[in-house]
Amino acid sequence: MMKKILVANRGEIALRVIRACNELDIKSVAVYSEADEKSLHLKPADEQICIGPAISAKSYLNIDSIIAAAKSSGADAIHPGYGYLAEKEEFAKACEENGIIFIGPKPENLKLAGDKITAKNIMEEAGVPVIPSSPGPVGTLEEALTVCEKIGYPAMVKASGGGGGRGIRICQNEETLREDFLIAKAEAGASFGNDELYIEKFILKPRHIEFQVLADGSGNISHLGERECTIQRRYQKLIEESPSPVLTANLRKAMGEAAIQAARAVKYFNAGTVEFLLDSDDNFYFMEINARIQVEHPVTELTSGIDLVKEQIRLSSGGKLEYSFNDLPKRGWAIECRINAEDPERNFLPSPGVIETYLPPGGFGVRLDTHLYQGYELPIYYDSLIAKLVSFDLNRLGAIAIMKRALREFIIAPVKTTIPLYLQIMDDPSFRKGDFDTGFINRFVPGEDDEDF
Amino acid sequence: MTTKQVEVRAPMSGIFYRKPAPDQPAYVEIGDTVKKKQVLGLLETMKVFQKIKSPANGKVIEILPESETPLKDDDLVFVIETG
Repeated sequence: MMKKILVANRGEIALRVIRACNELDIKSVAVYSEADEKSLHLKPADEQICIGPAISAKSYLNIDSIIAAAKSSGADAIHPGYGYLAEKEEFAKACEENGIIFIGPKPENLKLAGDKITAKNIMEEAGVPVIPSSPGPVGTLEEALTVCEKIGYPAMVKASGGGGGRGIRICQNEETLREDFLIAKAEAGASFGNDELYIEKFILKPRHIEFQVLADGSGNISHLGERECTIQRRYQKLIEESPSPVLTANLRKAMGEAAIQAARAVKYFNAGTVEFLLDSDDNFYFMEINARIQVEHPVTELTSGIDLVKEQIRLSSGGKLEYSFNDLPKRGWAIECRINAEDPERNFLPSPGVIETYLPPGGFGVRLDTHLYQGYELPIYYDSLIAKLVSFDLNRLGAIAIMKRALREFIIAPVKTTIPLYLQIMDDPSFRKGDFDTGFINRFVPGEDDEDF
Repeated sequence: MTTKQVEVRAPMSGIFYRKPAPDQPAYVEIGDTVKKKQVLGLLETMKVFQKIKSPANGKVIEILPESETPLKDDDLVFVIETG
């Protein structure tokens, strides 16, 4: 077993991983940028090391600095969290070369999963259904225009190395493609340190369903059920739940098998997520493999009874996967709301500032993963995710009732948050019936077309 | 017709960029003629990029911050001369 883990991340996910280390009696090392000296993830860690300036490229994306911190602290493993270096092959390789265990997939898995185009081709060969897209990375605006002419508008411009909804732009026509292409490139570069883009056909009114998979080093692969992640805004997930209100046992079985097949086709290792689009006729299309622990992992943990971060650590220590989906003590319903420091009244503009009032919810059926505390100042440099509020009950309406109650208890001020939006959604008749597609949020968001000022 | 100076201020705190990408030319230089709603620069706040657009037709007479520097809410960014 590992003795000391360096957590190469910040915010709530760093805290999440450090908590797992503390439960496993493994020493932990927190790293931080100059803008994060007062971040909560530093407190429960055994050691704290500053890895550079506020700009992510010079700290949380700085491979040399993080490897140096691991070596100087004597950490034998690194957990990358999500985002930042989590899916960078170069980083996983650097760990390997320095004799440090990278808690996550193998570098080859990251290369394939990060290269969504090749991954898609492999899936197509393996018999998993896929969506029409650019045949390779799209480097220039001229190439983008040619691709879009072929597959048709609306088209989706996505960061090859991305995820989590950043660096994605929907282009309705040639004019918006011309205007947004370079901005998408800049966003991709700023978020992932890789500005490569690709383009795919935009499928109308789909649901986003993903499957959690785990794989050990001997080729044993299991799925842990699905997550319904359909409620999104601009490809940024807002609400996730498990199970999905629309999956029949047969569809779950078919998609679960496709997810395992997808993982097997790339010889996957450790925790990952296979994302699918599901259309209204129950056709599903492979989108991508996310080779990391995901933001929304808690809903799977609550309904499967498996601590995914501890499983990542166990598998990376050589542990075997000796259970399948049917063996799991599956139970109940979990819903997660991603609470962002954004103003839903002002087109979700970010809302940085000092958290002057902070009153977190609690009680039966509530899990809160957050790095907030009273007096904390939200840095302008990082993501606006400030809390993940998760409710759990024996059935969906019970979980919705707990979520409503917890959202009402949750007071964060004067920073604006998405809490009021989630309160509205919990009361929405379509949401309560489980009847929605990826365009659901548009009913709650006026005038999405002008984010500028 | 008389000339008028119009201030363009940061709508919130964030990192200011004069170019769409490090290897691209700046959106505007001092002395450039700009149209209303033309993009003058970008503001990155919590990983979200917003376009800073010109509020009027006119000429750029001042660009106050350097590119890639943090701005506070309401900091003066550009001065546009109209008329």
